[in-house]
Amino acid sequence: MTTDPQTAAGGDAPVGTGSPFTRVLGILCLVGIAALLAFGLVWSAPDVVQSDSVRIMYLHVPVAIVAFLAFAVTAFGSVMYLWRKSQFWDLTAGASAEIGVMFTALTLLTGMLWGRPTWGVFWVWDARLTTTALLLVLFLGYLAVRRIPGDPDVVAKRAAIAGLIAFIDVPIVHYSTVWWRTLHQGPTITRLDPQIDGLMLFSLMLGMVVFLGVYLWLLVHRFRVAYLESQVDDLGLDVALAERRAEGSALPTSPTSPTSPTSPTPPEAAPLVTTGDER
Amino acid sequence: MTDAGYIAASYVAVFASIIGYTAWVLVRGRRLSRQVAPEDRRWL
Repeated sequence: MTTDPQTAAGGDAPVGTGSPFTRVLGILCLVGIAALLAFGLVWSAPDVVQSDSVRIMYLHVPVAIVAFLAFAVTAFGSVMYLWRKSQFWDLTAGASAEIGVMFTALTLLTGMLWGRPTWGVFWVWDARLTTTALLLVLFLGYLAVRRIPGDPDVVAKRAAIAGLIAFIDVPIVHYSTVWWRTLHQGPTITRLDPQIDGLMLFSLMLGMVVFLGVYLWLLVHRFRVAYLESQVDDLGLDVALAERRAEGSALPTSPTSPTSPTSPTPPEAAPLVTTGDER
Repeated sequence: MTDAGYIAASYVAVFASIIGYTAWVLVRGRRLSRQVAPEDRRWL
């Protein structure tokens, strides 16, 4: 009796990118989101100055901070890729950047929806807003660079350099309210004595924990999808090479002109096996 | 509640975006994982 090696190695592996860790984290995130909705929309009081629009801050600030964190992970992954040449770090950097782009877009959107009732306008070309919009464009460019076809090692190296260049804008965004006169308020929660009411501060901190959890959950799943994409690409390459070998061996050999420039490539010339190093 | 429209739009936009992106990631993950050998999709 023989055993299928694939089945023996992992035949019971579930379909999808979930694992016990992500399932627990996902449930905690759902509970956290429910609590954030309760605290943010019901239990916390309106602000004296901003009135109820302060409730948008429980989304806007955490989403912005998590976007910065996502781009910091991309920058770290890029450095590690350039140093170690590991696919793990390249995939981590790409997955984190994609999530960071979504969170940056949501930062701009929630900021605009807060700005309209508070400032009277959706948008001003303020230093903080402009540098944040630039950050979104830079990391959209980074994602575009990752999609340029080419040798995977070259693409990964190119993306790592692009990620590091794009990340330069993150400290500029952070310090923009200090370096320039802006309509956007300066640092509030990073001060040692934040002037925020207790329940408001709790709602804000809860939002940060919840969105940090959501980011981690998305990062794990997106990394696994990127890993599967690379595996499927490898399989496609193997199939194409096998088909090419089969075509080569099926063609009749010409006795008169074996070295003719128009003759098909001998099957021996094609690589029979691909390894990870050839990607 | 004042500015209810802006507040509702913010919460809907944020959570709808996250739900949409999550659905895309999970569906793509399921589709891709069917194409690889089981040992290539054993997650920790």
